[in-house]
Amino acid sequence: MPRHTLSVLVEDKPGVLTRVASLFARRAFNINSLAVGPTEVPGMSRMTVVVDADGDLIEQVTKQLNKLVNVIKIVELTSESSVQRDHILVKVRADAATRLQVTQAADLFRASVVDVSTDSVVIEATGHPEKLTALLSVLEPFGIREIVQSGTLAVGRGSRSMSDRALRSA
Amino acid sequence: MSKGSPISPSLMATKSAGAPKAPERADRTAETAVGVDTAATASPVLGPNNVVPPTVMTGSQAIVRSLEELGVDDIFGLPGGAILPTYDPLMASKMNHVLVRHEQGAGHAAQGYAMVTGRVGVCIATSGPGATNLVTAIMDAHMDSVPLVAITGQVSSGVIGTDAFQEADIVGITMPITKHSFLVTDPNDIPHVMAEAFHLASTGRPGPVLVDVAKDAQQGQMTFSWPPKIDLPGYRPVVRGHNKQVREAAKLIAAASKPVLYVGGGVVKAHASAELMELAELTGAPVVTTLMARGAFPDSHPQHVGMPGMHGTVSAVTALQQSDLLITLGARFDDRVTGILKSFAPNAKVIHADIDPAEISKNRTADVPIVGSVKEIIPELTEAVRTLFGTAGTPDLANWWTFLNNLKDTYPLGWTEPEDGLSAPQRVIERIGALTGPEGIYVAGVGQHQMWAAQFIKYERPHAWLNSGGAGTMGYAVPAAMGAKVGEPDRVVWAIDGDGCFQMTNQELATCAINKIPIKVAVINNSSLGMVRQWQTLFYEGRYSNTDLNTGHDTVRIPDFVKLGEAYGCASFRCERDEDIDATIQKALAINDRPVVIDFVVSPNSMVWPMVPAGVSNDQIQVARNMTPEWEEED
Repeated sequence: MPRHTLSVLVEDKPGVLTRVASLFARRAFNINSLAVGPTEVPGMSRMTVVVDADGDLIEQVTKQLNKLVNVIKIVELTSESSVQRDHILVKVRADAATRLQVTQAADLFRASVVDVSTDSVVIEATGHPEKLTALLSVLEPFGIREIVQSGTLAVGRGSRSMSDRALRSA
Repeated sequence: MSKGSPISPSLMATKSAGAPKAPERADRTAETAVGVDTAATASPVLGPNNVVPPTVMTGSQAIVRSLEELGVDDIFGLPGGAILPTYDPLMASKMNHVLVRHEQGAGHAAQGYAMVTGRVGVCIATSGPGATNLVTAIMDAHMDSVPLVAITGQVSSGVIGTDAFQEADIVGITMPITKHSFLVTDPNDIPHVMAEAFHLASTGRPGPVLVDVAKDAQQGQMTFSWPPKIDLPGYRPVVRGHNKQVREAAKLIAAASKPVLYVGGGVVKAHASAELMELAELTGAPVVTTLMARGAFPDSHPQHVGMPGMHGTVSAVTALQQSDLLITLGARFDDRVTGILKSFAPNAKVIHADIDPAEISKNRTADVPIVGSVKEIIPELTEAVRTLFGTAGTPDLANWWTFLNNLKDTYPLGWTEPEDGLSAPQRVIERIGALTGPEGIYVAGVGQHQMWAAQFIKYERPHAWLNSGGAGTMGYAVPAAMGAKVGEPDRVVWAIDGDGCFQMTNQELATCAINKIPIKVAVINNSSLGMVRQWQTLFYEGRYSNTDLNTGHDTVRIPDFVKLGEAYGCASFRCERDEDIDATIQKALAINDRPVVIDFVVSPNSMVWPMVPAGVSNDQIQVARNMTPEWEEED
């Protein structure tokens, strides 16, 4: 099933995350990832929802989301027309013998080491999900202790602003 | 979070603040925002929009005052601890509050009221179990798009989330079955929340809205002023249909040789029956009215070919199956209409007009989707078709009508007399309709009696037929009839109920008797959960597992419906013979000072026909057990 990235502009009201998440659950749509945070407009939040769905289903997802009163606007962001990033923190085994190799691997991915102890390091990386998968596979042999990963964040390329246009049409 | 502990996004993900700049190029994104085509309306705030200068009052006074300003006349409810503050100012209000005996009754009564008046139905309950007792009615209203505002008390905001006495997260519980919901913890929010709730419930696709008000918000002081500002930036229902789409639809109509107007409950909700009549008579196309649309087009009209669906007429079901164009107006391709979806109307193109964009192409892909109110779309479509017919001529539907009229004549609705000598339930229902007439209001429960009431009462006007269609709520009839009678006190209101359904909500007879709401209840007593029994007869080798209710002929008759009716202060009769049916109905029609309960003892063996068995194509419709019509080779 093709992957779709939806940017959902919502009112920052109590319950809005539940409304969106439970809509996906009860309509049997699968969320691949969901990231949410405030925007440049006070009172408005933006969710980035990644869904695996066929064309008809993604249309139904979008229409159902639009029915939620707190949802102001939905835009589908294609990989060509948008910048998409995940954020990851990964704790890797690294003692004196392997630390250099681990940090070199991190450097190759423009990831940075944000914590060091005698037998581990924490690496922070940002990038397209494929890049992060590649990073993890390189780190794997050293022994991964913990992974924390954000949902995908996405923003359309160019000067246009989703919230700007939504506010004008509201 | 629905309990007011706002897990708001702003608390969750501060790290992603500051979106990165992407200056490369201005790319097009696939926009799927709701269209902004809202008709220019005066004020979104319901009611006369009286100007009330800022006045200090309590939150509970503000609730009552808001309801008054919104033009509410009647409310159904039952008080309790967390809503107590609001019941105090309610006592001084000129609004009529009907004290029900169970909150579910308040919910269905508000539905019945809304269905006959077209106005928002209002029900009130307390927190916890009071609120959860509303859940069935809220879900029912959600499935059948009934404008409903449910106001519930909630425990004080300080103890929300502590499992306080009678605390239930009713906003969370009802989230999937409301159009929207609010939790109010600040009394100053009350006026705008109330106005927004009524706006949401009554516009676009109507539906239930819950307003949950914490007790301290009811008790706290606030400054009331009216009208409030409605702030719903994400809510912009489309009312007017897209011109180009309407013209495309007209083209399909002009080119069709077997069109059918597939009319759903949306036409009733939009009050668009007159508009529908004009379109129907212009196109000359056959009309089918779904269970939710009975009466949207008069049964007596020669173009009406019946109700489609699992228990529809052969002519209506076949009209859809063989059609080359479905002109779908405010209907949603429900599984009870389509049967197996992929075999439904296989050769038909589809025009789908609906106010809810999510219904379009949800089940059946539309060739011409038109989002908007059928009230606006139908006249535009009529004009477009008229123009097209003027230049291209009116399509010749003579062959289509020959075929359909032949089906109507060959397979009319009817019934076989029961072999056990008991009355046929269909006859009882047919006589109620015939003796009461089309100006009456008929409210059914769910099951066999509901289908017979849809089949054998002749509906000539919209808002005359109420039932629980999408939800299939047993127990809907008595309270909904009560609400209908409050909304339309001058009309005769019949609750056509089953012996199973009646036992679920008959406590509202007390409400009816005490408040002088003289509904008439016809209990079609076949001593069983009849529809389930029918399926057991047909699909479970007659193994009647747990469907015998012992209320009918030759049983212990527990309860005795006549005694039960009398205990509730109702005039009560029993009718067990065909020759008494008319006289009993006449007797009931003559009583208008109190509710009437009639125990019509009927055969448990009667079945609803025609029937499309579950899981097969509509082509497999049976007019009687294992009898499928012979299809002429049709070309």
